[in-house]
Amino acid sequence: MTSVTPLRRPEGAEPPALHARAMDNLAFIRDTMEAAGSFTAVSGWGMVAVGCIAIVAAVGALLEPDVSRSLLIWLTAAATAPFVSLWAIVRKARAAKMPLVTGPARKFVLSFSPPMFVGALLTIFLYRAGLSTAIPGMWLLLYGTAVVAGGAFSVRVVPIMGFCFMVIGTIALFSPPSWSDVLMGAGFGGLHIGFGIPIARRHGG
Amino acid sequence: MAKHGVVREDRHTSNDLRAVRGKGESKSPARSDALDRLIHERLRLGIVSALAVNDSLSFSDLKKLMKTTDGNLSVHARKLEEADYIACTKSFEGRMPRTEYRLTATGRRALERYLDHMEALIRATRER
Repeated sequence: MTSVTPLRRPEGAEPPALHARAMDNLAFIRDTMEAAGSFTAVSGWGMVAVGCIAIVAAVGALLEPDVSRSLLIWLTAAATAPFVSLWAIVRKARAAKMPLVTGPARKFVLSFSPPMFVGALLTIFLYRAGLSTAIPGMWLLLYGTAVVAGGAFSVRVVPIMGFCFMVIGTIALFSPPSWSDVLMGAGFGGLHIGFGIPIARRHGG
Repeated sequence: MAKHGVVREDRHTSNDLRAVRGKGESKSPARSDALDRLIHERLRLGIVSALAVNDSLSFSDLKKLMKTTDGNLSVHARKLEEADYIACTKSFEGRMPRTEYRLTATGRRALERYLDHMEALIRATRER
């Protein structure tokens, strides 16, 4: 026999608790904000600032004949960039009165971090193995991978930028080592600035 | 059917809110006395919440986000517009009409008040 669901609430049955409904409403607001506001995790102006750092690093590295020293210049830029980026993200979140750690932001960080960690390990490995010339291509490829993975939870332009990094990384991997600094400048400098400006203009900073 | 359910719940919540008022709410200033029914409705609450984290959203963006129909969205958006909670701008993108919504200062304050209400409700229950 089929079961019958009564239309009316049975006598004595408790309505959902008031605080439970309030919590449900708050969860709904938070979920809607997260679904509508994934862009807030990325700061366009932060990307422009990181791009400028990369351009300075590219010029410095181009002028430096020693490979290890030019690598050090890039490492300094790579160490500075996350702080600049984080500062810009915090500023943007505050300006938009948004919580810093939203669902999409958390997912972005979780997807972005593993390729970056692998990149750091491979940098040490390749440097020790005397394969420093492969490092720029690997950096661009893994950064692109991180951006594509993290960008899946952000606006469409972010994963597109990731793919562009991967393209430049592929070129860097198979081109003469003398091109490395130019390609790194084009990637970390040009792409960050080129994509950062439209993100800043269209997505609130 | 769902609409009736929402209406019933609205009344219920509003009555319950009246019952707990004065306990948790006294801690937060500048709050209206009644629950804002205008944004208590789910779709309208969704519209206001989505606009709170965006400078503006188009009609189609909101439709996709709220997973609703054109008719339903326009009805609820108009109610919010009439209350001056959201502002609507109509323009053309080429030959295509484009309707853009943004949250007004009144709408943002209403959402903040509503959030305060919900938080006060939870706080009051915990303090019991």
